[in-house]
Amino acid sequence: MQYIPNILFILVLVAGIGYFTKNVRKVIRNIRLGKDVDRSDNKGERFKNMARIALGQSKMVRRPVAGILHIVVYLGFIIINIEVLEIIIDGVFGTHRIFAFLGGLYDFLIGSFEILAFLVFIGVVLFWIRRNVIKLKRFWNPEMKGWPKNDGNLILYFEMVLMTLFLVMNASDLQLQALGADHYIKAGAYPISQYISPLFNGMSETALIVLERACWWVHIIGILVFLNYLYFSKHLHILLAFPNTYYGDLNPKGELDNLEAVTKEVQLMMDPSADPFAAPADDQQEGEPEKFGASDVADLNWVQLLNAYTCTECGRCTSECPANQTGKKLSPRKIMMDTRDRLKEVGDNIDKNGSFVDDGKQLLNDYITPEELWACTSCNACVETCPVSISPLSIIIDMRRYLVMEQSAAPSDLNNMMTNIENNGAPWPFNQMDRLNWSNE
Amino acid sequence: MSETVKVPTMAEYMAEGKKPEVLFWVGCAGSFDDRAKKITKAFVKLLHNANVDFAVLGTEESCTGDPAKRAGNEFLFQMQAVTNIEVMNAYEIKKVVTACPHCFNTLKNEYPVLGGDYEVMHHTQFLKSLLDEGRLKVEGGKFKGKRITFHDPCYLGRANNVYEAPRDLLRKLEVELVEMKRCKRNGLCCGAGGAQMFKEPEPGNKDINVERTEDALETKPDIIAAGCPFCNTMMTDGVKSKEKEESIQVMDVAELIANAQDL
Repeated sequence: MQYIPNILFILVLVAGIGYFTKNVRKVIRNIRLGKDVDRSDNKGERFKNMARIALGQSKMVRRPVAGILHIVVYLGFIIINIEVLEIIIDGVFGTHRIFAFLGGLYDFLIGSFEILAFLVFIGVVLFWIRRNVIKLKRFWNPEMKGWPKNDGNLILYFEMVLMTLFLVMNASDLQLQALGADHYIKAGAYPISQYISPLFNGMSETALIVLERACWWVHIIGILVFLNYLYFSKHLHILLAFPNTYYGDLNPKGELDNLEAVTKEVQLMMDPSADPFAAPADDQQEGEPEKFGASDVADLNWVQLLNAYTCTECGRCTSECPANQTGKKLSPRKIMMDTRDRLKEVGDNIDKNGSFVDDGKQLLNDYITPEELWACTSCNACVETCPVSISPLSIIIDMRRYLVMEQSAAPSDLNNMMTNIENNGAPWPFNQMDRLNWSNE
Repeated sequence: MSETVKVPTMAEYMAEGKKPEVLFWVGCAGSFDDRAKKITKAFVKLLHNANVDFAVLGTEESCTGDPAKRAGNEFLFQMQAVTNIEVMNAYEIKKVVTACPHCFNTLKNEYPVLGGDYEVMHHTQFLKSLLDEGRLKVEGGKFKGKRITFHDPCYLGRANNVYEAPRDLLRKLEVELVEMKRCKRNGLCCGAGGAQMFKEPEPGNKDINVERTEDALETKPDIIAAGCPFCNTMMTDGVKSKEKEESIQVMDVAELIANAQDL
């Protein structure tokens, strides 16, 4: 009978991690629905980017208030995980504070965790105030209504509760240590919970044990629930920020990718010896010609889909976007959210039907409208400001490509511009033969 | 604008069996837009002044394809690119300078994969190198002490990380260089990029060029300096919409240097 808690704990742990793993696999499978793009080059530079941007939070601190608060929560998150390791070992083997043998180092560790937990709590409260009391504009854009707003707050509540449980657990442990309760060895330093502990003065040993155990269990179960919540929320960035910054575009921001399918067609068109009626070579399958641009998530490449899962809806891109600032519908954050939501929908469709069954929907029109796409000035402000190397611009361009090359659906002004380029080599209706007239005007 | 400037073409060079030091890529705006033509002429005067051996393609030049590519028409872009590359490769061009950041970006970043590999410089970078080599003299003249703010073109700044060359040149003019609250990598777009120049904006509550002009006006400048013909147009329109065109000029960096010396 004495092993029931251990067994229960192992079951909870396996279930929590198992369900999470299952969902992570779905994320990976969904990302792989994207087209191939080679990002296996320049490993050194890529590692450096990951270290600087994700690990070092270099772009977060460009906005100092949010940046520093974020670093506090981020450091807390990473370092407090060492404590989770102890909790897991204790849970599996029925021990209590297994690392206590570390002595002074243990005191230092527990003391640091407490201070970090307290700072995380304060940071998260300030984040909540920024969202709900100060109402920073970027958290109240149209795309943030409903679930995205609740999702953001829910994550903050989660963290507040987890930090509180951790500190209350330590506070009751401290009381039990003072009472000399069985099992509760004297260990650790408690710079924060020593101020919570007096609240429990006079409680019986049994009540304290119930409190301590309750906090311990709810805390670890809470962590597992939070882990599994990631998949359903915008919060996956805590994991995906690392691969996303690693696989980010290393080319100058002004460089748009080259569509090789088009290059082949253009070469054929420009080659005077090419026979337009020639039978396709043996290695070329005659089938559906390649689709130009993107109208749905599977037309995007896997890095763009990874971008979508990584976005945590901070909205820095949208707040820097010149189109958005001047009241246009375009919001780069919404481009990323729509891409992710559609990708999830496609993934769920595959889960349900075994393979994708046409649902009569696509990313274009059902999620992202041409009006949004045509408002972009391709200024790269969104790309420059993203703290985790996401490029909303690359998705916008791919969708414009579909609109123009597959649907001939450019705004009429742009059609005029393109007709001019085709006919006379300039976006305006001037004759190419007049190109040097300026020199003697 | 009724003065003729001497502009050699690549065809002329070829006929003489010579090759210039650099090709000046004029661009569509620089060739056809009345405001931008003045920038082109100012830059040509500086090239002559510094004894640069340059040529233009003239009637053999065609749009780089930038607005087509950004509008999503990869076909048209590549047709333009391949045609231009054929012309430039036939002339064995090694080095290109242009006063348009859009041409600059496209030639520099998007032509190599299609077979057009050149050393490409923006005119502010090129002028800076002439200055460093002692071939060009840049001094205050009539702009000494004027308050000037520089608007970063997206395709020069964020797109290619060129922030200092235009500023170094302006400082040499002994002007009072003031920065807008949003500058360099945080600079706000003028509203023309991504083919927006050629269409009406989507419905909104403000025009982007007005928003950007307000940034510039906050610095109380005498002159707004630009490094892009499209930014120049957008900022000029913005200044007009604020009815400040009598007191504030919008000028290209090349024009400032040329005018300072009354070239």
